[in-house]
Amino acid sequence: MQLPYLPNTDADRQAMLRDIGVESADELFHDVPAKFLNVPFHLPAPLSELELKAELSHLAQRNASLNDYACFLGAGFYHHFIPSVVRHITGRSEFYTAYTPYQPEASQGTLQAIYEYQSLICQLTGMEVSNAGMYDGSTATAEAALMACRITQKGKIAVLSTVNPAYREVVGTYLSGRSIPLVNVNADVKGLPADCAALIVQQPNYFGYFEDLSSCVKKAHESGALLIVIADPISLGMFKSPGEYGADIAVAEGQALGNPVGFGGPGLGIFACRKDYLRQMPGRIVGRTVDAEGKTGYVLTLTTREQFIRRERATSNITTNESLVALAATVYLAAMGRQGLRRVAELCYHKAHYAAEAIARLKGYSLAFNQPFFKEFVVRCPVSPEQINKALFKAKIIGGLDISHTIENAMLFCVTEMNSRQEIDRLVKVLGAFQP
Amino acid sequence: MRPYYLLPDISQPDKTACTLPPPDVPLAELPPADLLRADLPLPEVSEVDLVRYFTNLSQLNYAVDTGFYPLGSCTMKYNPKWHEDVANLDGFTALHPLQSAESVQGALKLMVELQNYLSEITGMDATSLAPMAGAQGEFANMLMIRACLAARGEKRTKVLVPDTAHGTNPATAAMCGYEVSTLPSDAHGNVDMKKLDAMMDDSVAALTLTMPTTLGLFDPQIEDISRIVHERGGLLCGDGANLNSILGKVKFGDLGFDCVQLNLHKTFSTPHGGGGPGSGPVCVKSILKDYLPTPWAIRTGQGYEFIAPPRSIGRLGAGYGNFGAMVKAYAYIRTLGAEGLKAVSEDAVTSANYIKEKLKSTYHLPYDRTCMHEVVLSGKRQKMKGIKALDIAKRLLDYGFHPPTMYFPLVVEEALMIEPTETESKATIDAFIEAMRAIAREVEEKPELLHSAPHITPVRRLDEATAARKPDLRWQMKSQR
Repeated sequence: MQLPYLPNTDADRQAMLRDIGVESADELFHDVPAKFLNVPFHLPAPLSELELKAELSHLAQRNASLNDYACFLGAGFYHHFIPSVVRHITGRSEFYTAYTPYQPEASQGTLQAIYEYQSLICQLTGMEVSNAGMYDGSTATAEAALMACRITQKGKIAVLSTVNPAYREVVGTYLSGRSIPLVNVNADVKGLPADCAALIVQQPNYFGYFEDLSSCVKKAHESGALLIVIADPISLGMFKSPGEYGADIAVAEGQALGNPVGFGGPGLGIFACRKDYLRQMPGRIVGRTVDAEGKTGYVLTLTTREQFIRRERATSNITTNESLVALAATVYLAAMGRQGLRRVAELCYHKAHYAAEAIARLKGYSLAFNQPFFKEFVVRCPVSPEQINKALFKAKIIGGLDISHTIENAMLFCVTEMNSRQEIDRLVKVLGAFQP
Repeated sequence: MRPYYLLPDISQPDKTACTLPPPDVPLAELPPADLLRADLPLPEVSEVDLVRYFTNLSQLNYAVDTGFYPLGSCTMKYNPKWHEDVANLDGFTALHPLQSAESVQGALKLMVELQNYLSEITGMDATSLAPMAGAQGEFANMLMIRACLAARGEKRTKVLVPDTAHGTNPATAAMCGYEVSTLPSDAHGNVDMKKLDAMMDDSVAALTLTMPTTLGLFDPQIEDISRIVHERGGLLCGDGANLNSILGKVKFGDLGFDCVQLNLHKTFSTPHGGGGPGSGPVCVKSILKDYLPTPWAIRTGQGYEFIAPPRSIGRLGAGYGNFGAMVKAYAYIRTLGAEGLKAVSEDAVTSANYIKEKLKSTYHLPYDRTCMHEVVLSGKRQKMKGIKALDIAKRLLDYGFHPPTMYFPLVVEEALMIEPTETESKATIDAFIEAMRAIAREVEEKPELLHSAPHITPVRRLDEATAARKPDLRWQMKSQR
């Protein structure tokens, strides 16, 4: 019987072994000390496609899908609409079964798509250059911090305390490698601590409201530090880009651009910066050039920054990134276009404000901040968010994030274009049942 | 049809490929104008134009689904289609990572079981699925090693990396603040034991070792290597890039490795996506278990949940790793079972040795011994005729094959590193061997064909020097306002 995924027959195997000059495949493992070879492996017995599909469907059904529940949860991962065209393009196996485009003559599709991606990201973020993407928004932030240290030759990073705590943790992990301290600062801090390579700011911040980026830029630059802005790419359909504020490096989680929330991965680390810093950038970059006949073509370029050339002096160890997710973002941005992305952002904005106002009118509920916000906002609740979320879940609603460890009885809500008015009204109704 | 245009070239005002509903809520007051952007200069294209553009682009790619892709050290095996279907089930893709654990028990169960399978496959005590690619897995391993040594009160400053190693190994060690010392190989392509003996002192935190090595060779001295490293207080850090050659037959843990990172996008058949997403789980011995990245999925009496290991190196990403890849790897392991996995490595190794035997009289074989899942040939005979490994690689494209990895490992002159994988049939491999022989004949008879290759690809050789000297990295669209 033919084994799954193995096209050769026993006759093929025998013929190959004969030509090699051995009796069995085991003889080819003679360099392995015998006691280590063919040890037992305790794994479940193999199953067929039919059986496993049933089993995996069953496992999938044990999860509460955002398509069956109304979702008001964000905090870095966002449930946005994905036009079908995105999946149909990324599902072309010429894209998804190709390797990293190291052989440009055989990879023009991927390379040209990355060139489009870099261009679209620059347009969106208002920055001058973009790489081909990092793992996720948090590692892009961490790599930006390391890049800032290389550029400024300074040994400390400041981060606003309103930055997503998970991002701060990831930056901390990356900086720990080189023993670079990460200092939390408040937005009203007068100046940065000495020797800071960069200030990291999130716009809109973790709590949903907008930071005073102009003052952050000033504060950073006055102390010789770079400004790293973590942006929400959907918000950029409507709101000022990091580039317009004078940011030095812009990073973002790109998942929202045409990719499912996917239980948190794969995501896409958007990474763009000023042209001056191009040669300190981590990750792959695609450039346009010409071939031997003068025809336009695309190649991986400036590779002397990368690990396979520069080894221990590389700008990062990153190799595999999230190319297919970046392709989805490319198709998404092209499908939405100038007006579509603005419309998505406006839908989020108006629905979120409708929800926030309705919740704030409920007895015992109030908004924790009164600054302008985009699609997320913090609500102080009359009872513990845990209690509320249990009730919401029963009503087929995934509620906001419980941030009561930071602000008493507070919940961080997110509203996107996916939430209908009826869903929002249902949310408000369940919340209204809890009185102080 | 090759698209010579870019998105802005097919952009026209008011076109779009997506319709959206009007707002169903009263409009809110807009925020202060200084927060708003004046314009978003993105292309505007219709759906049909968009689909044709990207479909035409896709057709310029060589991919596993279009042909043989023997790219050494990349394990470009076939990616079963139904894995994509299950990974795209609503109950797996439409999940928020911050949902309550009770509402994602199916996903957590899958993660915990996959962790258990990978621990069993590698002979380790615990596995974390958090790293999003192999290089990040290496980073996690190196941080865990450093933390473990620090807890022992040791501050070691160096990491040994063989001269055959992938560039990620030294790059990762440097990211963790270590000085990199290059460990030479001996004449057989194994670790030079005399040099190891001399270099392995109490300043060395770890030896990072790919096994089998990047020369496609299993180092028979592995027990001695492990003994020397451990006796002198270091750890043995594995790079699992080449697991495909020992899958279901040999366990890294048995060989003495303290940790190893895997690449689900190589060995476990999750597609490469043109450069990602990958997934780089780390599998560790019990001494490193408390240091695993946060969060970590575990099974408790009540079900499944995420915890922070007590001495965790911290978070590697905002989520839990690339969950989509985990579903596909799970499907792969469950389809094959222990016997199937063993057949995978046996077939992979058989195919590589078959290629080696068939081509070793035509191309120089730098290490004339049994290889594992890949064979490294050298184009140095052809080099004497003025033909480079690069020319041979490019000419292969004309024969309809993706080229092998070139110029790696660095210790082999004009290296051509061929990894056939187990999913290629004998017929395909025979055709590849024939092409390699035909190219060797062309080196003698029609060398100009190689100098100018490839001829039938969408583009000819590209001017990479100009690309780097005058970077053109994006188009620009002007604001309409």
